[in-house]
Amino acid sequence: MSTSVRPKTKFRHSRLSARNREWIAGYLFVLPDALGLLVFLGLPMLLSLVLGLYDVDGFGAYRFVGMANYTKMMRDPLFWQSAKVTALYALMLVPLLYVCGLSLALLVQKTNRFNGVIRSMFFAPHMVSLIVVALVWQFLVVDKIGVLSRLTPALGLGGISFLGDPDYALFTVVAVSVWFLMGYYMLIFLGGLQDIPAMYYEAATMDGAGPIAKFWYITLPLLKPTSFFVIMISMVAAVAGSQAFDIIWVMTGGGPANSTSVLIVYIYQQAFSFGAFGYAAAMASILVISLMAMTGLMFLLTRGGRFSYE
Amino acid sequence: MARVEIENITKRYGHLEVVHGVSACIEDGEFVILVGPSGCGKSTLLRMIAGLEHISDGTISIDGEVVNDVAPKDRNIAMVFQNYALYPHMTVAQNMAFSLKLSGLGKDETRDKVGNAARILGLEKLLDRYPGQLSGGQRQRVAMGRAIVRDPEVFLFDEPLSNLDAKLRVQMRAEIKSLHQRLKTTTIYVTHDQVEAMTMADRIVVMRDGLIEQVGSPLDLYDEPANLFVAGFIGSPTMNFIEGAMEADIFRGTGGIECHSNLPAAFHGALVAGIRPDKIKLGKSGGPFEVLVVEPTGAETQVVVQSGDLQLVALVQGRVTYRPGESVGVTLDETAVHFFDARTEQRIEHLDRNLGSVSRQ
Ligand SMILES: Nc1ncnc2c1ncn2[C@@H]1O[C@H](COP(=O)(O)OP(=O)(O)OP(=O)(O)O)[C@@H](O)[C@H]1O
Ligand SMILES: [Mg+2]
Repeated sequence: MSTSVRPKTKFRHSRLSARNREWIAGYLFVLPDALGLLVFLGLPMLLSLVLGLYDVDGFGAYRFVGMANYTKMMRDPLFWQSAKVTALYALMLVPLLYVCGLSLALLVQKTNRFNGVIRSMFFAPHMVSLIVVALVWQFLVVDKIGVLSRLTPALGLGGISFLGDPDYALFTVVAVSVWFLMGYYMLIFLGGLQDIPAMYYEAATMDGAGPIAKFWYITLPLLKPTSFFVIMISMVAAVAGSQAFDIIWVMTGGGPANSTSVLIVYIYQQAFSFGAFGYAAAMASILVISLMAMTGLMFLLTRGGRFSYE
Repeated sequence: MARVEIENITKRYGHLEVVHGVSACIEDGEFVILVGPSGCGKSTLLRMIAGLEHISDGTISIDGEVVNDVAPKDRNIAMVFQNYALYPHMTVAQNMAFSLKLSGLGKDETRDKVGNAARILGLEKLLDRYPGQLSGGQRQRVAMGRAIVRDPEVFLFDEPLSNLDAKLRVQMRAEIKSLHQRLKTTTIYVTHDQVEAMTMADRIVVMRDGLIEQVGSPLDLYDEPANLFVAGFIGSPTMNFIEGAMEADIFRGTGGIECHSNLPAAFHGALVAGIRPDKIKLGKSGGPFEVLVVEPTGAETQVVVQSGDLQLVALVQGRVTYRPGESVGVTLDETAVHFFDARTEQRIEHLDRNLGSVSRQ
């Protein structure tokens, strides 16, 4: 016999606490995206990991070869060349994008009509197909005909072959990549700058800080989460980004003398020019795994870009 | 230490004028409080003194030197912000040392100065913490420490206590006051809390809508408010206002209030009489007023009474036995009645207030 008179029916509809319901709603909202990522990214990644253990011939026959693709990779000088080019490309692109993106953001940070126009201008390349961008640049710098190629002798720089010379080609594609991507990073930095409360700058003004001191002691440290984000995504963009691929593929196709052959280009060639899908998949797996390791390490070292006092 | 002179200061944002030519003088070592309702231009004025806002018109001088075009850092002024604005990525010690570091002071000297300020403010144990790891009161103290390490000529405070709870506010009030007594640095302090103003200031500047309404010591403002606004703003609970007019030597107000006054009998216009709650005495019982609310606070009791349209707040010493709904008589202390011109809202000076109290039923 119970003396409890709690009206059970009244609360039946809320067997889930408000908090739990919110939690479930949150996950339901991200579910479509999560499923999309899983199906279109997770699954292919898993499949390519598996595919890397097979030898695939041009007629679609699969033969399990174990680690053969990986041992082949270790002995393949072109793989190592591409790995080196990838590293160089990323080592140049990431800092340049950081510096250029941040500089542009600082430059156009103050809101006025003039800066509004400049902001759109720097972001404009993103409105155009990347293929077109690459073609236009190729035209600008191509030997003999290109505008820039003709300009350099006039400037007394001698006839630099921007895309034809293995010593310059990588720098050229890095320059075009920076030019293309920096508007995007400028926007990210603008957002980050906006998140820094004005009161810190006022306090610094009272403390006697000039523009440079404010940048070093206020802006840069408080920009840490943005910096982390920018370095992370620019690293991924440099190593595995479709934009990097498009620019290089259209402008140089990896040449001359493999001087601009980043891994994604080499992988693409192996897969779609030579039909070595298994080998390409194995290289892609290595690429993804090392990228994950690098970003993971960075995440750990910087505590995910959070401030040390949080 | 320094004397700050504000002459005819105007501030415009575009076409919008928010401070309309105010003048004031803050003496060397004085603790002056700018007080007024939200949006009246207190912060704007303070920020112009700091150099954070451009001065549209007029001049501000510190120790005789016009500083309109002097950079904030060269004005030798320190400011404590409402939200403290402590640098979140620097420790307490680094926060306090920042201005010294920028000025190129040596390590040892910096450590001494920071240590000294920390000792004054009781922050020694917190020097290695980050602002995010401090309580509101501690942050407030760090913000003050950051200001005092620089040993400035002038301290500016913009509502420094408004983010603290009531108890801490009272405590910090005393601390700031004693800090001032110790350092004797000229201080300009902004608040919209008149209690803060009354308890801390040497002199109070009351502002409204970008204009200064009155300047004076707390008790001057309390005893002789220059107009209805100041009368209503200073003092808690607020002064009671009774509309009415003179008939011979008797003021007759709404709610059937009457009181003797030797106000110039020639004054014919509409009047507002002001009386502070503690200058109202409640009769035993029976009378034209009805008790609405009784609020005991311990030492004294606040009683709200009403007659017709007139509501009065009376502050009674000790405890009372009134019950809501009861009817009471009301007696004004006639020596303590202030008169204001209802049209201009300005105070009308009494010739003589030594009439003695006359009660009415
Ligand atoms: N940047 C600005 N642009 C336009 N108007 C402004 C600006 N800053 C302040 N004002 C206006 O100036 C007036 C005075 O503002 P101020 O901040 O000085 O008020 P305050 O007395 O400090 O009020 P509070 O007690 O709320 O802090 C307000 O009406 C405000 O709207
Ligand atoms: Mg303010």
